Amino acid sequence: MADPMRIRAQAAGDKTTVRVLMAHEMETGLRKDAEGKVIPAWFIQEVTASLNGKPIFTADWGPAVSKNPFLQFVVKGAKAGDKLSVSWKDNRGETRTDEATVS
Amino acid sequence: MSNKKPLSTLYTVAAVTASLVVLGCASIDTAQSLDAMTQQMVKDSFRDQGIAKVDRLQQDESNAACSAADVSGVALTDAKAQGIEAANLKTVQWPADGKFVGDWKEGEKIAQNGRGMTWTDKPGSANGGNCYNCHQISREEISFGTLGPSLYNYGKLRGISDPNSAEARAIFEYTWGKIWNAKAYNACSGMPRFGHAGILGEAQVRDLVGLLVDPQSPVNR
Amino acid sequence: MRQTNPAAPLAAALLLVWCASALAQKSTADGIAEYREMLQDGNPAELFEMKGEELWKQKRGPRNASLERCDLGKGPGVVKGAFVELPRYFADTNKVQDLESRLLTCMQAQQGLDAAKIAATPFGKDEQKNMEGLVAWVSSQSKGMKLALPQGHAKEKQMYEVGKRMFYLRGGPHDFACASCHGADDKRIRLQDLPNLTKAKGAAEGFGSWPAYRVSSGELWSMQRRLNDCFRQQRFPYPGYASDVTVALGVFMGVNGQGGMSTAPAIKR
Repeated sequence: MADPMRIRAQAAGDKTTVRVLMAHEMETGLRKDAEGKVIPAWFIQEVTASLNGKPIFTADWGPAVSKNPFLQFVVKGAKAGDKLSVSWKDNRGETRTDEATVS
Repeated sequence: MSNKKPLSTLYTVAAVTASLVVLGCASIDTAQSLDAMTQQMVKDSFRDQGIAKVDRLQQDESNAACSAADVSGVALTDAKAQGIEAANLKTVQWPADGKFVGDWKEGEKIAQNGRGMTWTDKPGSANGGNCYNCHQISREEISFGTLGPSLYNYGKLRGISDPNSAEARAIFEYTWGKIWNAKAYNACSGMPRFGHAGILGEAQVRDLVGLLVDPQSPVNR
Repeated sequence: MRQTNPAAPLAAALLLVWCASALAQKSTADGIAEYREMLQDGNPAELFEMKGEELWKQKRGPRNASLERCDLGKGPGVVKGAFVELPRYFADTNKVQDLESRLLTCMQAQQGLDAAKIAATPFGKDEQKNMEGLVAWVSSQSKGMKLALPQGHAKEKQMYEVGKRMFYLRGGPHDFACASCHGADDKRIRLQDLPNLTKAKGAAEGFGSWPAYRVSSGELWSMQRRLNDCFRQQRFPYPGYASDVTVALGVFMGVNGQGGMSTAPAIKR
């Protein structure tokens, strides 16, 4: 099971800023180890977010995104107490979902 | 017969006891005791790793004197500094064939290369001079440090026009000597003693001199 | 006849030149500082902080105990404000200890883990990975607070003096001391600015910003790791993990930086 994400969602008026810090190696598949062997590609391919169960955000990522990615976006119409859920899925098929409450 | 001690003896006893108490409570660390404590902690804290052995921490006269000056804040006397400079000058190995100026293109590579002599470096691998870490050298290279003075226009500023002249020879000798053992000219120089410490060999020093003095070198264009 | 205003194109040209030069006024250092400011949000060190907090509270080791009774200098279990008072003297071990050293003491005394083995473990492996989380979390509990290392005990004063001597110790094939790079204002190696660790401002910047997440390697570096790599580049032999010399240097830097703000865990290139 991958390490948890760190999610903060702060409402300011109509706009809520969501910040997510994900723990992931994000290997490009282009690096070589000390012996010269290629380190296999391992990166997040899909990120989705939902508010109170309703999908609000999707992103398709590739190997250009760096290790331990930081994501920030703004969503309208959220209020304090709403439940925010963020999920990612990587090229190995591994997934992770974490939740936070809008403050 | 009285059993009381004479008053003067009582005072003496009291005075001696009082001074003993004072000596016992106030244990002041002298500079020497702190130096010794430091030496012991250094010995206990470091270990060999790869090519980096603990004997590297044995300070020669130059390093010991300059470190002590830094700690105390008292600079070396002129006599002491000159003595250190003279001793370091004696260690300079001048070029066997009398040729001071080498290939500036190779010199630039040596100046850019910062590898060598750490505990992650392989024994026997060639070392770089790492000159850009501390110095500006060519105008094109903007990634340069400021720990040492700028060397841009080194040769040009010294008016080297005829490489075979006596004036030029004096500059070549100084440049060679400075790279070989910087402390020969400045007792507490922060610059490594590249030749003396075996970091760079004769051919490498020759190429670095070329980088600095050759009119064709980017340093002088 | 149409009247042309000769001043208009000239004014436009001047404005363009002024704008260009105004933009050029921002120095490289300012630009890098602005970039770092932007990076503060979403510092991956926070992922390590989360791990550290878990490890502090988790029952582990042969004694199956947590670290919640660990005394970091302000009493058993008190973590808030402890980081900015380290290194300091501890009566139970009768020595001055930094954060990593004290964590080793607690991991052994409370949890029964082998401190010597952890000290001998290479950075980034096994229990050393856990140390990364622990130092990130403990330092985060002092974030924004002022450096306030105690200098009341004789051994604390001695360690400052030892640290000073160590700082100026020229050695190795390159004759480098810490002071060679960190002993003067406004110096840099290549394009990397160097804090002057002998003065308050530089010492606070240098000492108060480790542990930090290093973007270039994607790793969380503790102060011990930072010192280790300094010695490697100085061409010195290998400093023992949490050895006396490394603690003494921490005292020297921390006391010099007294009153400055701790930003740990910070983010670095």
